[in-house]
Amino acid sequence: MPDQIRSDIALLYRRAGFGLHADELDQRTGAGYEAAVEEVLAGLGNAPDPAGDAVEVPVFAPYEQPTAAKGSPEALATRKAADRTVDEELVALQLWWLDRMIVTSTPLREKLTLFWHGHFATGAAKVRDAKLMYLQNQLFRTAGAGGFEALTQAVAKDGAMMLWLDTATDKKADPNENFAREMMELFTLGVGNYTQADVVAAAQAFTGWTYNRAEYRYVFRPAQHDYGVKTYLDHTGTFNGEDILSIAVNESVSAHFVVAKLWSHFAYPVSPADPIVDDLVGAYGPSLSVAATLRAIFLHPAFRSPTRRGGLIKQPIEYLAGAARALGLDARLEPQDGAAGAAGPAGPAAAAASATTAGPDGVTLPVLATVLGQAPFNPPNVGGWGQNAYWLDTATAQLRLEAAAALARRADLTQVEVAPASDRLAAVAQLLGIDGWGPTTTAALSPELGHPVKLVALALTAPEYVLA
Amino acid sequence: MDDANPTVTAELPRTPARRISRRRFLLGAGATGVAGLAGAAFLARPWDALAGPASPSHSDAAASAAGPLVLITLYGGNDGLNTVVPYGDSAYHAARPTLGYSPSQVLDIGDGLALNPQLKGFQSLWNAGQLAIVRGVGYPNPSLSHFEAMDIWQTANPVDGSGAGWVGRWLDATGDDPMRAISIGATLPLLLRGDTQSATAITGPRITLPGDPAFQQAFAALQDPGSDRVELSALVAACGSELLEVQKQLDALPSPASVTGGMATPAATSETAAGALSGQLQTVAALINAGAPTKLYQVSLASFDTHADEKTNQERLLAELDQSVTAFLAALGTGSHARNAVVMTYSEFGRRPLENASGGTDHGAAAPLFVVGRTVHGGKFYGEEPSLTALDANGNLRYNTDFRSVYATVLERVIGVDPVSILGGKYPTLGFV
Repeated sequence: MPDQIRSDIALLYRRAGFGLHADELDQRTGAGYEAAVEEVLAGLGNAPDPAGDAVEVPVFAPYEQPTAAKGSPEALATRKAADRTVDEELVALQLWWLDRMIVTSTPLREKLTLFWHGHFATGAAKVRDAKLMYLQNQLFRTAGAGGFEALTQAVAKDGAMMLWLDTATDKKADPNENFAREMMELFTLGVGNYTQADVVAAAQAFTGWTYNRAEYRYVFRPAQHDYGVKTYLDHTGTFNGEDILSIAVNESVSAHFVVAKLWSHFAYPVSPADPIVDDLVGAYGPSLSVAATLRAIFLHPAFRSPTRRGGLIKQPIEYLAGAARALGLDARLEPQDGAAGAAGPAGPAAAAASATTAGPDGVTLPVLATVLGQAPFNPPNVGGWGQNAYWLDTATAQLRLEAAAALARRADLTQVEVAPASDRLAAVAQLLGIDGWGPTTTAALSPELGHPVKLVALALTAPEYVLA
Repeated sequence: MDDANPTVTAELPRTPARRISRRRFLLGAGATGVAGLAGAAFLARPWDALAGPASPSHSDAAASAAGPLVLITLYGGNDGLNTVVPYGDSAYHAARPTLGYSPSQVLDIGDGLALNPQLKGFQSLWNAGQLAIVRGVGYPNPSLSHFEAMDIWQTANPVDGSGAGWVGRWLDATGDDPMRAISIGATLPLLLRGDTQSATAITGPRITLPGDPAFQQAFAALQDPGSDRVELSALVAACGSELLEVQKQLDALPSPASVTGGMATPAATSETAAGALSGQLQTVAALINAGAPTKLYQVSLASFDTHADEKTNQERLLAELDQSVTAFLAALGTGSHARNAVVMTYSEFGRRPLENASGGTDHGAAAPLFVVGRTVHGGKFYGEEPSLTALDANGNLRYNTDFRSVYATVLERVIGVDPVSILGGKYPTLGFV
């Protein structure tokens, strides 16, 4: 049984974090699986994360209201300069988050932040403001494990979201339906659980919502708000935007929708109608508790059942952050200071060393994630990223190999090199935090036992590692 | 530290990929995706009759059809009314007080219609008889959801967009050659996923793997469909072995597939070149000119969801479409394969005639689409222009041309396959090619 417990805890830390080193795993095996679940959950909410907090947040230039006449040469020059600044800040922001994932001592909170980034998917390509993207990311980090209503209310008034789905330009005369529709379809209810009339009513309720970019705060403009009576999801009243959100998240279909999505990302994909969701909605409960739902997910027998545990593919960001963490690399693919592979996560010193420059050849984890289709802070659209088959095709097979090669050739592989050839496959499995290799992978890797870099590059592309 | 393997260290690439690929909306077909999260019922598929004998092999089909077909997916819902502008209709100007184009701004193509000012290359193609416009394309009870509507377009299943992609169904019925359909970009849209087969995704005209021969041999062995590999593990390995097969076939093309000629090379930075359409089409042109047997290519352009500040954003995107397609046609060689190439655009929906107060438009329904090529019967409209005064209950345009008629036309005339077997019913073809 200890082997099974060890394997289960390794699975938990891959799903609820970015994997564990072998020695970290050994330390936890004695206390058992349930204790490990409580440990990952303890990293939610306001738990301290000194290593993560020590990763230096990029400095953002203050927002400047365009002053030159639109279309003038001055306006164009100002815009070009501002575009450059935003691009640089976004690159720094991507590196910051990836470094945070690598060094964090509260991995579930980072993983949940990534989950919410995919759920309330907001793209910097349209928002074009790195500080707003940062503020939204912090919102997911601080409020992501509490009640879903409080989170949704806060996201609705988040600057990045308001620019992304145009809520900030909603006016009484002809309300814009963008936020109203996607809020229901993608954030709270799911397609088919609302009508076009509900979209129109919700859009009316969000009129008057604006955002003060200079002060980074939501502002309500009564003169632009539609105070009329609205009928929304079979309720009638003079609803404002907050009322609309409250009604939506408290619909029973919303519980199934949100819980199914959490299960899908931490366990394996299911639809809201899947019976497993019925097992979990009780934990979500009237307070719409995300943390309680996560506990129920990790403790559900199907989470680690032999037949279902192979049901999830790593998304590129978690694949890369997990591999870098295991290999002692930072987001620039440079060695974490003082962090040998077996010595555990890097300390604050390594994190503080984070600059905004890329590695020697410009290859960084965010660049690799972008190539693989998951640019941090830039999902393809408001639907976020898909799962499993979405990440499996010929191109991702090729790009994963390229990423694996880039990681392996920069890693400190002492732990593998010191092992005799006969133990090297086991040493690589230990290093990467997985149980081991099946016969097919073992046979394929054996000819390269004498070449640790090649061995690790290949191992990172093996199905055993590509699965979450 | 790795004296043991100087070769691999030296040969591993210093940049991860030639180009960055644009992502798509779509989740995979089948149970492994999160498509089920949409909560749509998985209805019996109307094309179940397809389970019968396979349709003609693609080599037979290639002999009788034009092809290849190059599909351009316009993600986000392109505003049809400001693409092919009904500038002669007073209802258009009434609905678009700020977004409407005046007659002097647009490129007249007759019938009271005109092209967006950014479509200058398309106007030339129209005048040369190489651009056809299919008007009012749609389906009954249009979905206003990006995701459901795009699934509907990509599956040709107008009920709820469930099931395999329509190109995927053609792949299911025609063997397993991974060169039959190629998508440019790192992820594969539902369009190209069948129940058992899926298209190839590539990011450039050649596949170069890192490492020395021993490393590559080990990578190949790693893709073995071992009995210890089931479900997702088997799928991971299957993608790897398909990658190696495609690499082999690309290397064996009659002439080398390289990107040359008059097309601009996109900058290899993560932001600007994230799937620039010109770069994707450059790859397609290279493959066609090299003699690739591929019958269908898919490329894409995103960000058409113009709820706010539409004029600036749509014009920028249409200019990119215009210039990329024009350059693509110019880059095609003179061989019969290149001469017969047909480009077709589609988007998940058009946009609402009535503009909103944000300088944009909300989700709509029917829209026109473009078909371009030297063999296209162009300079003509197919289908009727939708009425701006007989809108549906949501204030959107009603369709006049069933989207399956468009697919039937390209399946029969370009891909060379019986459309009934793919579409599960007979839809009149349109004669634009």
